Amino acid sequence: MITVKDLHKKYGDHPVLNGLNIEFPKGKVISLIGGNGAGKSTLLSVISKLIDQDKGQITLSKEDITNISHKDFAKRLSFLRQSNFTHIRLKVHELVAFGRFPYNRGKKMSKEDKQKVEEAITFMELDNIANSYLDELSGGQRQRAYLAMILAQDTENILLDEPLNNLDMKYSVQIMKTLKKFARKQGKTVILIVHDINIASQYSDYIAALKDGVVQHFGTTDEIIKPRILKDIFDIDFEVILNRGCKFCLYYN
Amino acid sequence: MLKKRIFILVGITISIVLVYLLTLVGNNPDYVIPKRATRLAAMALIACSIGYSSVVFQTITNNRILTPSIMGFEAVFILFQAFIVFLYGDKTFQVIEQQTNFLFSVVLMFGFALILYFALFRKRQVHVYFLLLVGLILGAVFKSMTSFLELVIDPNEFAFVQRYLFASFNNINTNLLGISAIALFISLLIGTRILHKLDVLLLGKEQAITLGINYQRLVQISLLLIAIQVSISTALVGPITFLGILIANLSYEFIPSYKHRHTILGASLFGIILVVGGQYLVEHLFNMNTTISILINFVGGVYFIFLLLKSRRL
Repeated sequence: MITVKDLHKKYGDHPVLNGLNIEFPKGKVISLIGGNGAGKSTLLSVISKLIDQDKGQITLSKEDITNISHKDFAKRLSFLRQSNFTHIRLKVHELVAFGRFPYNRGKKMSKEDKQKVEEAITFMELDNIANSYLDELSGGQRQRAYLAMILAQDTENILLDEPLNNLDMKYSVQIMKTLKKFARKQGKTVILIVHDINIASQYSDYIAALKDGVVQHFGTTDEIIKPRILKDIFDIDFEVILNRGCKFCLYYN
Repeated sequence: MLKKRIFILVGITISIVLVYLLTLVGNNPDYVIPKRATRLAAMALIACSIGYSSVVFQTITNNRILTPSIMGFEAVFILFQAFIVFLYGDKTFQVIEQQTNFLFSVVLMFGFALILYFALFRKRQVHVYFLLLVGLILGAVFKSMTSFLELVIDPNEFAFVQRYLFASFNNINTNLLGISAIALFISLLIGTRILHKLDVLLLGKEQAITLGINYQRLVQISLLLIAIQVSISTALVGPITFLGILIANLSYEFIPSYKHRHTILGASLFGIILVVGGQYLVEHLFNMNTTISILINFVGGVYFIFLLLKSRRL
């Protein structure tokens, strides 16, 4: 379980997180929504130890994350950023194998490592391009390769910053289903930033709505997908339609 | 493919080394060959340090057209040389022995790097580029101070300083070579232990941290090793890190692997080939009328323009 208490972060004079509090329940899919600049990416960056907070505390299973070494942390929490780029020529399976680095520290891959890499590649349907170079792939294929690396890292907590970037509808749906399965079957906690409100509504257990560096609303998906709350977050009018037991949001006017 | 390429490089390196050592010996092989062997050892050692420090420096700065010389090491070295000549004039060589000069140069360059790192890294999460910028500016300050000193001193004494502007393998002090060899060898040995972490860093800083790399510490260790290697090589033969950009990029092109243990090996071998080949030309074709710096700068300059032209790879 990840708990965030009174988190503050400024970039220069510009405050991004203003005393943010949230407790992410274990084994659930939690979507972060909110407008641009609401602090979503910064929140994930601080939780994954990429940047230091100015004030506040984050605990992972009651342990303060500043007391956990980077080495051990990488076995417990993985984070995929919004844009990923490397200037080296890397094959897909080589990238996915990096996901096992926290376990083998660059030494020879164990049987388990190899198996996890294979599984991740198959899971993301990358088998036929496993030997292609990343720079020869489409944006969506590359995104799936990076996701496969995160899968291979096999951590209890998975943080994703707009993982559906560049993906077509088929893969978006497939990945959301996968993440949901991870939560259900393996008890993993998945926290992701989503911009498509209907994806968030369909696939998440909980939704945290951020505005001005604080969590404005947090609750089960059903509690959050309401015209009043969505309007409060995004400043535009929403219509929520119930169809076959699912909520859909209309906001194109 | 990878093995084949490395074998080819090793083959070329060995042939060049043998040609340098054993051809055009003249009438005094007993005198010439040991002398060449010493020079060869120095060249090989320095080529490896330059190979290591350049590739690692390019990884931590995530930039393929930089070398550690941008940090201002060489500017410190030349300023120091100009300064002692300014102080002692034509008596410089009576007052300061080669060993003392070497020691002071190393301490100054390494001290400069340490001060720079500690001043900047005391605050956490300083961007590496900020460090480069400070190094670059200080380097420019030192260079203009050197120019000023050169202007003030006697033109004949200026010739002493000029000697230090170009790298030279012609007269290497064997005592210094021994100590340097040990220091460089140890730092390279320690350096091999962080190579697997540097491989992860190629995915980018953030990705490396999320894969369990202590980024701050890795960068500090790398920069310290680079500082040791660059200080010693520069004090031993003069400014030579310009070689780094050439051999690192040749290695990236030729060696089909992203792993540091392969690219650094490639860069070091290219370094030996270029330096030994260049020295051979200097000794036999140009009859010592030119310096190896000029030859390598010429080749490097042409290659640099080539790199810029196909800049999509940078």
